[in-house]
Parts: sequence; structure tokens; C-alpha cells
Amino acid sequence: MATELVGTPVKRVEDRRLITGKGRYLDDIAMPGMVHMAIVRSPYAHANIKSVDTSIARSMPGVVDVLTGADVPYNPLPMAWPAGGSAGIQNNVNTPRALATDSVKWQGEGVAAVVAETAEQAADAAEAIIVDWEPLPAVVDAEAATKPGAPQLHENAPNNVVFEWSVGDKDGTAEAVKGAEVVVKQRLVNQRLIPNPMETRGDIGLYNPGTDEYTIWMSSQTPHIQRLLLAAFVMGVPEHKIRCISPDVGGAFGTKIFCYADYVLVLLASKRLNGRPVKWVESRRENYQATIHGRDHITYLEVAGKRDGTVDAIRVKTYANLGGRLSTIGPGIPTTLYARVLSGCYRIPNVYAEVVGVYTNTAFVDAYRGAGRPEATYVVERAMDLFADEIGMDKAEVRRRNFIPPDQFPYENPSGLGTASGGAKIYIDSGNYEPALDKALAAAGYGDVAAAKADAKARGKLLGIGLSSYIEVCGVAPSKWIGAVGEGWGAAMWESANIKVHLTGKVVVTAGTQPQGQGHETTYAQVVADELGVPMDDVVVQHSDTQGTPFGYGSYGSRTSSVGMTAAIKAAGKIREKARRYAAHMLEASVDDIEVEGAEYRVKGSPDKKKTLQEIAFALDLAFDAPEGMEPYLDETSYHDTPNCTWPFGTHIAIVEIDEATGVVDLKRYVAVDDVGKKINPMIVNGQLHGGIAQGVGQGEDGSLLSGSMLDYAVPRAEWLPTFELDETVTPSPVNPLGVKGVGEAGAIASTAAVANAVNDALAPLGIRHLDMPLTAPRVWKAIQDARAGSSNGHGNGKEAKA
Amino acid sequence: MIPAAFEYDRATSVEEALGLLRTHGADAKLIAGGQSLLPLMKLRLARPDRLIDIGRIEALKGIRRLDDGRLAVGSLTTYADLIASPEIKYGLFRDALPTIADVQVRNRGTIGGAIAHADPASDMPALLLALDAELVCRSAHRGQRTIAATEFFEGPFTTVLDPDELLIEIRLPAPSQHHGSAYRMLEQPASGFAIAGVAAVIGQTEAATGDTFDDIRIAVTGVGDHPYRAAAVEAALVGTPVDAPSIAAAVGAVCEGVEVMGDIHADREYRAAMAVVMAQRALEGARARLT
Ligand SMILES: Cc1cc2nc3c(=O)[nH]c(=O)nc-3n(C[C@H](O)[C@H](O)[C@H](O)COP(=O)(O)OP(=O)(O)OC[C@H]3O[C@@H](n4cnc5c(N)ncnc54)[C@H](O)[C@@H]3O)c2cc1C
Repeated sequence: MATELVGTPVKRVEDRRLITGKGRYLDDIAMPGMVHMAIVRSPYAHANIKSVDTSIARSMPGVVDVLTGADVPYNPLPMAWPAGGSAGIQNNVNTPRALATDSVKWQGEGVAAVVAETAEQAADAAEAIIVDWEPLPAVVDAEAATKPGAPQLHENAPNNVVFEWSVGDKDGTAEAVKGAEVVVKQRLVNQRLIPNPMETRGDIGLYNPGTDEYTIWMSSQTPHIQRLLLAAFVMGVPEHKIRCISPDVGGAFGTKIFCYADYVLVLLASKRLNGRPVKWVESRRENYQATIHGRDHITYLEVAGKRDGTVDAIRVKTYANLGGRLSTIGPGIPTTLYARVLSGCYRIPNVYAEVVGVYTNTAFVDAYRGAGRPEATYVVERAMDLFADEIGMDKAEVRRRNFIPPDQFPYENPSGLGTASGGAKIYIDSGNYEPALDKALAAAGYGDVAAAKADAKARGKLLGIGLSSYIEVCGVAPSKWIGAVGEGWGAAMWESANIKVHLTGKVVVTAGTQPQGQGHETTYAQVVADELGVPMDDVVVQHSDTQGTPFGYGSYGSRTSSVGMTAAIKAAGKIREKARRYAAHMLEASVDDIEVEGAEYRVKGSPDKKKTLQEIAFALDLAFDAPEGMEPYLDETSYHDTPNCTWPFGTHIAIVEIDEATGVVDLKRYVAVDDVGKKINPMIVNGQLHGGIAQGVGQGEDGSLLSGSMLDYAVPRAEWLPTFELDETVTPSPVNPLGVKGVGEAGAIASTAAVANAVNDALAPLGIRHLDMPLTAPRVWKAIQDARAGSSNGHGNGKEAKA
Repeated sequence: MIPAAFEYDRATSVEEALGLLRTHGADAKLIAGGQSLLPLMKLRLARPDRLIDIGRIEALKGIRRLDDGRLAVGSLTTYADLIASPEIKYGLFRDALPTIADVQVRNRGTIGGAIAHADPASDMPALLLALDAELVCRSAHRGQRTIAATEFFEGPFTTVLDPDELLIEIRLPAPSQHHGSAYRMLEQPASGFAIAGVAAVIGQTEAATGDTFDDIRIAVTGVGDHPYRAAAVEAALVGTPVDAPSIAAAVGAVCEGVEVMGDIHADREYRAAMAVVMAQRALEGARARLT
């Protein structure tokens, strides 16, 4: 292609608007006659609702409607991804209703909604709703919830178990563990996180009584899916009577994939008010209480192998906390997206994972940046370090010895990626892990670490270095796999794009994907401009409205570039083909004689006989002279279903210093060598890595369950982070024409384990073997005190209780 | 995050503010920069019926040097004003001010608001205690009085100010001859407030002998339910050279007589231990700054 924009750090076209305050986020939208909704939420983690008295609220100034659970005529919210597997696993499903009717299962579950002329009036009236609560005992720990005597949340879920699912060869793994030279055991906690997008969620519902149509503006990653779910599963409204629009979305990290109660409430309220627009904007506190959380696993790990460094088996039992009721794809995360990639980038022949999904009196847990894969990476990367420590081998060397060798691709891992039910085989199609490791080791000065440790020691600091070699499943996903009953979520996952070349030669791309800050308007434009040979300024990218964009499954799972942009490339190919045919007509040549270079369509051998795409578009749009059988206008749509996921990988290295006196962990250096395949825009790739690393580092270093606001929940700050040292290897993905793999989640997947390993490395000289996240200063300090006092208190020895 | 309804008055002079305070008394709250009050109101943890906005009273802004060498800092002086002022030379201010909150909050948050609010973990009270500051207050019914910082803080979010009393200015004594000061704090990572913060001033008065120090002031925030002077540490250091051994021997008493707070961020044991570490580091810092 002539212009070659792909691969260059083009400035983001959306930034002028977003940085100068001209973005249009949900709360920027105002409409005539608009009223405001406030949701009354449970102050209890577990309680029965004896009655709800709305009489005072109804009489308060400005109040136009009050809803309780009894007023909502719709189904509970859907749960689309039960834990599957080969054996027809039982899932004990309970999902939220738009408003709870009988009981609440977590603090923050909605029980009533107030609609008033102003947001202030709605907030005041919400306080005046009187709920007669019968508080019940609560349980928040997933493992404890399954034990006898724990408070029970749901009648259909004995011992609070949502499902018990397993994957891998149970007997073979048991054999391998039994006969192993070395077995290391460890209980690992991957604590709960609050994702914290900068923009909280929100929505505006608008019912049109004249047409019986519903429109909803929603801060969502998935407007098309929401239309489908609201229509077919919740409200029973015909799909073509609902329109979903996502305006600018200020960050999401997974939280805005799902179907939430407020969508239903604003639409219902607008209908009850005969078409007044109803707005709801989530406060930060509500975001903490009632938007999904991430992670929250307790894992019992066994890793077995030989003294020569070979790891032969990994066996885990994981308790996955899914919250008080299930979110849209909650069970899919700790099963398919976690256990199936547990062995990561390693050739570990025996893997067996048991996962227990558990209800607790906490907010629901669902996909948060990385979704399952950071949890898996944490387990396998801690396993590698623990194993290396046990056999006294260098940690980089253990990794190197166990990497899947480059000649083993395509590689089917033993936790069932290759044998997943359904038609598609998912396998790791490509990779070359050692060069990334070597680059990272060299950049980090791995060989000089002993000297750095001694130097730190002299300053009263404990220095630690932590490796994290990861792989990622991106570009989700082949429909045959993700749609397979018993494996995925029972729906497809292709993507779509439409391209129109207007009369003036300007190009409009509409896509079914949905940006949340990633810069899709730039990257799609780079790709399509290259494909059509036009300047980037001539291309505009539109998205986010079910009216006017082709159906798409949305943006998450680092899938937009691999799946969505391949659809755009296909559509561009169709445009070129039709333009070629018309050029042949205009130039009175045979189609086979037309060659295309950039935007020029030329007759082979007579370079002067040519038409530009703009000229062709003009003529074909006016269509005065179109040949028989040729439809006017350049307007093509393509759908792309990927044959496989993509498999980014890399090695991240964190170097930390711990202040022995305070336990404060200081991240000194962070080196990341990532292989995300080809890069459409290296600057955007780096931005995604920076953000992902920061979020993952934040998990390693902090996070708390009792935190209702940013005053108590530590979100990582720029000032705590060093300058990230990024490098790359490039192994193009074979599954798409761009060779891209996706980069939205890589940073978050790798970095938590790197930091946790570094802190544990720093603490090792004190005899501390494993310290769980969050690695807060008090926790680190306590571990140091205990180690000094000679009491290991569970930190020091490997003989942990088994599940 | 919408506050409950309230009435609003803006006072344009100290007299007007005092009059409004007398009329509305305990039903009203003064608002200066709003950086502590508004978050509480938005969470509906505070619900004043009325706000009296003193934010534009010019007479309460700025820093002056008094004839006797003391500094008088108007209660509406912001953190940013303090940072910019060439008069503020104390090392402990230089340590503390740039780490308090962020640029926006430092541009709005006032010294008067910080101490009247009396958050048990905020920084400014410790600085003023260690400097032996005096607080000038006025109300319509009892007129003007001067309160020593050491007498001002009573408990969490509680001071000796009457509900109708306005903090006018803060007076900082001139430093003793040979002196140094420093502030060290361990912050709670989410809020940036102190888990333990210690301000230390060491100096020599005329009466000091040889290399020893006789003017030792150590103030602690974040640890007890209100900021306090660590009298036992001060006493142990008076008459010593404040060198490493004497510091090490003294700082263990930094929580003496204090009920140490525990919360989700730091339990009592950790907080008490950090008070010791911060006291040691603050004293070492003060010593390194001796003029
Ligand atoms: C994001 C953020 C981070 C922060 N981080 C820190 C930190 O790291 N360390 C720290 O110490 N603090 C921190 N703070 C608190 C900040 O220092 C205080 O909020 C600020 O200094 C208070 O001053 P103000 O003028 O805004 O007070 P306001 O909020 O206006 O008032 C606070 C209280 O003082 C009373 N008051 C105000 N002025 C007077 C007066 N002249 N006379 C009598 N009563 C008065 C008010 O009635 C009210 O009760 C932070 C605040 C925020 C929002």
C-alpha cells in the first residue's frame, strides 16, 4: 500500500476532542424534560426485605416516580456463560433482579429507585425510603462459605456452591505428583479488586410512546449485546424496538461489558413517565458497591517436578468468589479463561484444576482487565519461583527449561484448550519465548543482581527481582469455540465492519466494536487508509450505536484489532474489487487488466490510463453511466470470525526495594519485553502496556475490601511508578492479515506476578517463602517481624494445609 | 455524591462572618477552601443547615512578619501560598507541604481549615505543635483570644474552638539560634494522610551547654486520636547531643501515654512501630539540617 500508516505512531485523532474537554460522555448528555434517577441500595451484606415504605419519598419535592422490586415486570438479569466442560456441569444460577424483591445478598444491591426532576431531589427522596430489614449473617470469604455452618445465600446452591468444575487429567496428574522428586505446595490468594474506570457507569433511558421504541444511552463496551440481552432475555421487547448508544466511554476495563439493573430501570421509568428521558449516573461509591469486581481467588497449588528443573505437573484447587449473585459471564472467567491456560508458556505435561465457584455476600465478580489470565499467570509464575527455590535453581533457568520450545507450535496444552468441546480446537499457534526472556534479563541487569542486593542491604533496604513470563489468550474468539455449549457463552464472537466511500471520496468506516479510550478511531483509520490508499484525514470511524453500525460483539479480550480490524480489511478488499470493476468500465479495459496501487486504478501497460478511487466513487455514486448489473455506490460490509485466538507473550521483570523498617515496597525498575505481534500504532501499544502494568502493579502492592471510596481504596498513582522500560520481540500472529495479537490486557496479566515475585525474592533472605498479595507495607512489615522473631506464621514453611 | 440541601451566605469581612456565626451558631458551618468539608457533605456525613463562606475575606489571607520576629499567617492562607512564601523557611514545612494532597487541593486548602478540621491524621497540626504556634481566634460574644497549639486539639475532629468562633491567624515563633527541623511521615497509600507523621525541631537556647540541645519539640500525628507532643521523647533528649545513640534511646517512648489508633490500613502494633521509625527519621533529619 502506498501510504503505510500501519506501524507508525500516528497521533490519536480522538485526543483533540477528549483532551480539550469536548468529549461527550454519558453525563454530558442532557435532554429536554429529562428527569433523574437515584437507586436505594442495601446497607447490609445479607438481609431479608420485610417491607419497603415509599410513601414519604413519593410526597417529596420534585419526585415523579418511585419503583420497588414489585413494580418491575421483567425477568432477572441474564447469566450467559455457565461453567461448562465435558461433563454437563450443574450451575446453581441466581442472578440479580432489576430491584431486589425478597432479600439482598450484598451491600449495594438495589431495592428501590426514585425518579425526580433534579438529581438532588432524587438523592434526597432516596434517603426517605424506609426499608424494614431483617439482617442475616454474612460470609465474604469464598473458601469459608463452602464450609459447614456457613451462612447460606440461596436455596438452590447448597454450601453456596455455584458449580464444581474441573479440567485436565486427574489420575495422570495425581500419578505425576505422587511419583515426583519434588513437590511444592502453597496456598495463594489473589485478592479482590475494584476496577475503577475514570468514568463511572451511567445511562439514559428514553421510551417513545408514539413508536413504542426504547433508546438507551449507556456507558457500555457492548451496545449490540446489551440490545440483544435486554430484548430477548430481560424485557421481552422485540429487538428492533430497542436502540443502544454508547457515547464516549471513559475507561471500562471489563466493567462495562455486562448487563446491569440500571439499564432496565431507566427504560422502565421512562415508559412509566410516558417518554420523559430518565438519567442515572453512578457515584463512585455506587461504582465500588454495585459494579463488578475482579479476581478474588483462593488457590491451593501443588507443583511437582525433578531436581533437574523439569516441571512435570501442576495441580490446583481454586475457590472463585463470584459474589452474592452472578454477573453476566461470571462463571466463565475462573473456568475457561483461567484454568485452561494455567500452564501458561510452559510445557507442563500434567495439569489438573478443580474450580469451585462460590456465592458470598459481596459484589458480583466478573471480567476485569485480563479476566482469568492474570489469576492463572499469578499461580504459574509463583509456582515457577517456589519450585526454583525448592530445588535451588536459578529462576530464569527454571523458566527457560520449561518453555514450550519454538518447534512445538502449534501446541495443545494439557488443560484442555485443544480438546475443548465443540467444533474448534484452540491451540497455541505461535511463540518464541526465550528471546523475550533473554532481552528482559539483559535489560534488567539480571546478572548483577547479587551486587545490587548487597548495595541495597547496606542502605537498609531489601532488594528483590521478580520475573513473570506470561502468555495471553487474546483476540477472542472463534465462534465455534466460544459459542460451544459447555465451553463458552453460547453465542458467537465474530466482528463486523462496513465501509462506505462517499461521492466526494471520503471514507466512513462503521464498526461493531466499541472503544473505551483505546484509540480505535485512529487505528481503524490507519488500517483502512492503508488498504484504500487514501490519507488518514479522509477516513472517519464511527461506532457505538446499534442504529447505524453493523452488529458486533464489542471490545474486550483484546479482540478489536485481531477480529474487528480483519473485518475492516475484508470490507476494504470488497471496496477495492468493486472499484476495480468500475474502473475497468470507465477505462474501457478488462477487469483483469486493472492494477491497483494505493488509490490509483490503472490499466496494465498504459500508466496514463488511470482513475483514482475518488473519481470512481464520484462516478459510481452518481451512477449516470453504470454498466448493466452493477449497483451504484461503494458500500461494503464484512463479517470476520477468527480461526483461532492470538497468543501474545513476553517476560516482565520488576525490581523492588523494601524498606525494612516500614515494610514499604518501592518499585525501582520495571522492564517489559512483550510480543504482541505486529503493531498498528506503537505509541498506542505502549500506552496500553503502561496502563496495564500500572493496574497490575497496583494489585500487587495494594487493595482492600473494606474500602468504600478512594480515601480507603488505593488506586496506583503515577508518582509511585518508575519509568517503564519497554522492549519487544515480534512474532506475527498467523491468524489475521495484520499479524496483530492484541495488547489491552498484557500489562495487567504479567505485572502482578512480577511484583509479587520480586517482593518474595527480596524477603527470601529472611526465610520468608511466600507472602500473599496485597503486599501492603503493614503486611510486609509483619512478615519481616515474624521472620526475625523466628515464628514463621505460615509465611515461612511450605507445609501448608491442603484443601 | 450530592450533599443534602443547605443555605449559603458569603461573608465579605471578619465582622460579617462573626455576626453570621452569632446568629446561626451551631446550625452553620464555616467554609474556607472546602477541601475537607465538601467531601463530607457529599457523602452526607456532614449536613450543615447553612454554610458561611469566608473564602473571600482578604484580611484573613497572607503572611506577615511581626515586629518581634514572629510570623503571622492568616487563616485563609493556602498550602500553595505557604509553599510560595520566602518567609516560610522551616525545614519541616519544606518536607511536609509538597506532599500534602495534590496541586488542586493545595491551591484551595487553607491552613485554618486544616487545623480547625482537626483530622487526627492530617499534617499541619503536627507542624504547628512542633513549632509552638499560637492561634488567634475571635467570636462575637467572647472577643479575641490566643490559644497555644498545644491546647488546641482535643480529640478526633474536635478542637477548643467555640461553634461561633473564627480562627483569624496563626503565629509562629522565631526559631532558636542553632536549630533544625524536619517532618517525616508514612502515608496511607489511598488517602495520602499519615499512618504516622512526626515533626521534630531541635535547637539551642542561650542556656544550652556545649554540643547539647535544650530546645526539643516533637509532635506526632496519625497515631493518637489527636496530634500530640511526645513529651517523654523530648525530655529524654534535652541535654543530649541528639546523635544516633541518644535518638535511638529516646524514640521508643513516642507513643507513651497515648492510645494508639488501629484501622483497616494499619493496626495498633504497626502504627506504634511506625511512630518510632518516623520519630527517629525526623530527628535525624532535623539534626542534618542544623544551621
Ligand atoms: C484529595 C485530598 C487529599 C488530601 N490530602 C491531605 C494530606 O495528605 N495531608 C493533610 O494533612 N491533609 C490532606 N487533605 C486535607 C486538606 O489539607 C484539608 O482539606 C484542607 O487543608 C482544609 O482546608 P479548607 O480551607 O479546604 O477547609 P474547609 O473544608 O473549608 O473547612 C474545614 C473545616 O474547618 C472549618 N474552618 C475552616 N476555616 C476556618 C476558620 N478560619 N475558622 C474556624 N473554622 C474554620 C470549617 O468549618 C470546616 O469544619 C486532603 C484533602 C483532599 C480533598
